[in-house]
Amino acid sequence: MQLFNVLLVVFLVVCAIAVERTKDLLSAIIIFSAYSLMMSLLWLILKAPDVALTEAAIGAGVTSLLFFAVISKTKRYEK
Amino acid sequence: MNDTIVKSITRLVIPFVQVYGIFIILNGHVSPGGGFSGGALLGTSLILYTLVFGAIKAKHKFSHKASEIAESGGILIFVTVGLIAIFVGMPFLTNLAAGFPAGSAGAILSAGMIPIIMIGIGIKVASTMITLFHKLIEEVIQ
Repeated sequence: MQLFNVLLVVFLVVCAIAVERTKDLLSAIIIFSAYSLMMSLLWLILKAPDVALTEAAIGAGVTSLLFFAVISKTKRYEK
Repeated sequence: MNDTIVKSITRLVIPFVQVYGIFIILNGHVSPGGGFSGGALLGTSLILYTLVFGAIKAKHKFSHKASEIAESGGILIFVTVGLIAIFVGMPFLTNLAAGFPAGSAGAILSAGMIPIIMIGIGIKVASTMITLFHKLIEEVIQ
């Protein structure tokens, strides 16, 4: 369980850095979605199922969809 | 999106997502969840419908008029239930002290007015999510 927790946190940090480093905004959104999913699992491990549920629905679902909608109106690549 | 597999799977999945959302809204006071999470799930199901079947068909399912009614109705449920406490002579949103029945702990019909408030919040959040996505998407299509 401890190893799983450490793995999740490491993946979380990697995702957070990768979101900031990517130039392709579409990939950045997908990485951000993965970050949200990891965060949701971490909330579950921290015994906050309420927050985990909201994070999975809002963070991984609705936020990325709204970002996709915004990208379809602007440009895909960061300058 | 004109893919038969995606359309069939979406038709299959949407009822389950909606039932799960309603379950979370109704069980908000006895288990994890509540109006916000359940409403977000309900909204996500219709966003999925919009993505697969297109904005025009989705507008037909959940029109601007319906979203107006749902949003105003959700917040009106919340405020009306809160105002009952004021008429009894207590502060806004007073629960058990204002005379709401407590019920037995763990049952769906318990905790006074909390289930009613949760239903109001759920309706409002769900319609807000759908309206937000439709507003962002509609200018792309036109």
